[in-house]
Amino acid sequence: MFNQSRQNVIRLIIFVAFSVLIIRLIFLQLVSSNYDNLALDNAVNKKIIFPDRGIIFDRNGKSILENTLAYDLMILPTQLKGLDTAGICRILKINLVQFKERVISSIIKNGRYRPSVFEASLSVESFVQLQENIFRFEPGFFLQERPIRSYPYKAAAHVLGYVGEVDSNILKRTNYFYQLGDYMGLSGLERYYEPVLMGQRGVRYQIKDNKNRIVGAYEKGKFDSTAIAGRNLRTYLDIDLQVMAERLLKNKLGAIVAIEPQTGGILALASGPTYDPNQLTGNLRKANFSWLLRDTSRPLFNRAIKGQYPPGSTIKPVGALIALDEGVIGPDFGLGCSGAYYGCRRAIACEHKNPGHASNLRQALANSCNSYFSHIYRLAIDNPAERNTVNGYLRWKRYMNSFGMGVKLGVDLPSEDRGFIPDTSFYNKLYNRSWSSCTNVFLGIGQGEMQATPLQMANLMCVIANKGYYYTPHFVRSIDNALVSDTLLNVYKVRHDVTKIPDSMYNLVQLGMQDVVDRGTAVGARIAGIALAGKTGTAENYGIIYGKREKLANHSWFVCFAPRENPKIAVAVVVENAGFGSTWAGPIASLIVERYLKDSLSQERWKEVERIEGKEILLPIIKTKRNTLDSLRNERLKKNQLNFRVEILMPSVPINKKKKIILAFHLNAIKPNYEEKFI
Amino acid sequence: MKKNSFEISSGIDWVLVGVYVALVLIGITSIFATTYRDENIIAGFFSLKTDYSKQSLYFLISAVLAVLILLTDSKFFSATANIFYFFGIILLILVFPFHTDVKGTKSIIRFSTFQLQPAELCKIFVNLALAKYLSSVDLNFTKFKSQFIAMVIVLVPAILTIFQNETGLALVYFAFFLVMYREGLPSAILTISFSIALLVVLTLLIDQNILAIILTSLAVLLIFFIRKQIKKSKSILFAIITIWAVCVGIQKYAVPYFFNHVLKPYQVQRIYATVGKDFQVDLEKLSAEDIKKMEGKKKAGNYNVKQSQIAIGAGGFIGKGLLKGTQTRYDFVPEQRTDFIFCTIGEGFGFLGSLVLLSLYLFMVFRIISMAERQRSIFSRAYAYGVASVLLFHIFINIGMTIGIVPVIGIPLPLMSYGGTALITFTVLIFILIRLDADRHMILR
Repeated sequence: MFNQSRQNVIRLIIFVAFSVLIIRLIFLQLVSSNYDNLALDNAVNKKIIFPDRGIIFDRNGKSILENTLAYDLMILPTQLKGLDTAGICRILKINLVQFKERVISSIIKNGRYRPSVFEASLSVESFVQLQENIFRFEPGFFLQERPIRSYPYKAAAHVLGYVGEVDSNILKRTNYFYQLGDYMGLSGLERYYEPVLMGQRGVRYQIKDNKNRIVGAYEKGKFDSTAIAGRNLRTYLDIDLQVMAERLLKNKLGAIVAIEPQTGGILALASGPTYDPNQLTGNLRKANFSWLLRDTSRPLFNRAIKGQYPPGSTIKPVGALIALDEGVIGPDFGLGCSGAYYGCRRAIACEHKNPGHASNLRQALANSCNSYFSHIYRLAIDNPAERNTVNGYLRWKRYMNSFGMGVKLGVDLPSEDRGFIPDTSFYNKLYNRSWSSCTNVFLGIGQGEMQATPLQMANLMCVIANKGYYYTPHFVRSIDNALVSDTLLNVYKVRHDVTKIPDSMYNLVQLGMQDVVDRGTAVGARIAGIALAGKTGTAENYGIIYGKREKLANHSWFVCFAPRENPKIAVAVVVENAGFGSTWAGPIASLIVERYLKDSLSQERWKEVERIEGKEILLPIIKTKRNTLDSLRNERLKKNQLNFRVEILMPSVPINKKKKIILAFHLNAIKPNYEEKFI
Repeated sequence: MKKNSFEISSGIDWVLVGVYVALVLIGITSIFATTYRDENIIAGFFSLKTDYSKQSLYFLISAVLAVLILLTDSKFFSATANIFYFFGIILLILVFPFHTDVKGTKSIIRFSTFQLQPAELCKIFVNLALAKYLSSVDLNFTKFKSQFIAMVIVLVPAILTIFQNETGLALVYFAFFLVMYREGLPSAILTISFSIALLVVLTLLIDQNILAIILTSLAVLLIFFIRKQIKKSKSILFAIITIWAVCVGIQKYAVPYFFNHVLKPYQVQRIYATVGKDFQVDLEKLSAEDIKKMEGKKKAGNYNVKQSQIAIGAGGFIGKGLLKGTQTRYDFVPEQRTDFIFCTIGEGFGFLGSLVLLSLYLFMVFRIISMAERQRSIFSRAYAYGVASVLLFHIFINIGMTIGIVPVIGIPLPLMSYGGTALITFTVLIFILIRLDADRHMILR
């Protein structure tokens, strides 16, 4: 009746219940070991402290780029309740509908519990207002700082490069040295000197709570390491010269390279068209980048180191040097030219017909006689000392290579191009082994298969100015707080001696080049009081337009160095499709030289700068394409807004179809014709 | 000892009082460890703004109440049991028109700053009333009518509580079946309901077909081992086969049917979440609203359980030490000072600490059972069993849910969880028992 025995059953039940709990605890706390790591992942935030990247200074100590802070307004959707959202709308000048759309899209992107960017790179005005009032919106909204580069001179975009977030490819390539979210130099000096500029990342272990908010340091910072700022670069660049060079290339395709011959230090390196480097900072980078990428004039393309042009007549001084050194001509060697070279099957036209314009080497250089240089090229190749054409050509090629032609110079910018000096195998293949000095006689006047980059041409001027040697062109003179381990600059301290050619021959060629400016093809480039030695070039070129190979307007070349006696600057200028070398490239180069040597320009010369700056030299096709792209862009912007709305309204419906159609349309518009080969 | 206090203190089970005080102090320490945020500790304890200072205040109030209870005549409780019960029911009913909405529950009445949760308090009244009924002189508990009345006493407040969206608190009332069992409820009812519960849990844990095979092989083995008895009476074989058929039927058909057609998908998901499984739902059959609900519930349910398991698991053998737990210190575990307070012990003091705490609880429950068995009056014994059952239920469900073996049901850990009503309720429950126990020689019925 009293069920005494049942107390034991109840005790058993209690005991079993507690045993179940304890067994589970044994499993949780003793057996399975991964909970400890999970807890760490959960609560300890390994925060990488990004050091300030190093600053890049020009030769006069002016900083070409700076570090500034941008602020993003971040949103944490779970914490929005009870916040003054209307206040946020007022500050950001958006309406409630837009506000809701943004909240929803951030939830779609990152979920409710993770912060996402609500407004990136706040304008100064909204930032000031927000900073004062942010306490009213916390923790639903908060400000996050983000270091970005800024470029006070808005110049040297191609030289400096840009910084961007690493992608998965880079992660793999660098063996996960970087982590997602890191920024690194992606091009230009930023990329080349990344190890110097990036400094050393710091790590801070922070404890965070369930909302990912930082609560404090982990173990009082025992495991933390401080960030070490990146080191500064001192360059040879003259930023004022650079700015002017970019002005001179405005609305033109082309490049300007100015080098200090004694050191190989690059004073200015401009590629036209260029862009404002500030466009590629911060969150605008992606949008602007893709736009720049689509531009038919290819503003992202660094023509100074990657543009490959036939050098045209600018190669003639080298031809003269080779012929002299080979001994196939003497300084007084002359040629009677009547307006063309008839030595080979096809006549090569010459600009000059008057007798005596090639009566000796200096004359021929000054007048840029095609016949003369075709002839001495053939003499060099067919030099009896070399026994046959192939050997002669190989020797000629060795000369060219030692002058830096057809090889990568090794400038401190990534992805430099080598230009092109054909190998004998090239001709063997092309002409089935039966070719002669006539086959490639055009090489003698810088045409044919030969291609060179503006940097190589400027370097060539350095060799001639230095009478036989050069230092690899480079930007960086020194690294602040340099370490023994900084080997990056070592290669630039090596003097490269070109095939030994006597100084007397250089003197002769130098004088010939001075004649070019004083009374030859480039009188327009003359600078009062400065002995400028230069050479014009007018390079024929072909492009494929609408599927047809067409001859395009000639590239305008000018290479020079000054002063002739004691050269301080060597310049190469190319302006695409601008006609004679003396019309555009010459005046541009002369302005560069004058600006650098005199440190200032007269009123009159500034007017000349403005005149050149105002001149637009673009192939009609580029203009047409640009206009098409512009209208497409506007259309796309409209459609994007539409897409955005669709995305917001129906997150689950695939809207890519629409995008694809627009994109396909887009690609077709660009694709058919404007070819890579034509630069 | 003073003369007047002698009477009060005589017969008091100081061991239980000691365990009680120890648990409350551990609770306050845990709340402190969870909510302490580098403020001045002394100021924190006296500010009454921090949770640990508030809990200390509740402890003080509880102590005063405990003394008052000890001062009360033990006959008072049995005499007023029914009145209190009806008072409790009226309170529960009054909740419906007068409740304040707090975090989705409809069980709280608010008088200015003071909050009252009758569903919590009612446990005391139901325990008293049940004990009173079970101790009636003319009771024959083998009769269905008496069993039915006892169940009504328990289930009426339970149902009212369910209507207040407090399923967890309502489930506690089922603990009183243990009391009824002790007082003569046929064991079959307990066995069957327990077996079905076990079967349902196993269904969740083990693949349907594998479980069917296990059950079948168990039945075959059983038949093999008791084949001699079966030879004597065929009805045993018949019973085994019936039980086997029912079990397989439940696990293979009834439970899936119940989950797929009776429960809402998000509820099923929550149940599955506790055993760490994903519930496979046929999404096409669901309305958009259901999917939305599920997404939310899935995250919340999984999140709590996962985080608390990580916290406890991270404690390891000896734990990270007080205030050192990264999980419990930084709000990773939601509701941590209340329902998930065990995490703090689990992370801070590891397996050893958890074992000590569980032993303390086990000791307390066993102690209460022993005390129950030494009573001479049925009222006191039934009451004591009621206290033990409620405690056991709370402890098992609460800790079970923090370590992921029980679905997340919001009930507090006795004496430890933050909250005034809960602490006071358990204090009153325990100290009435202590008072009754102190007078065990005086009360016969």
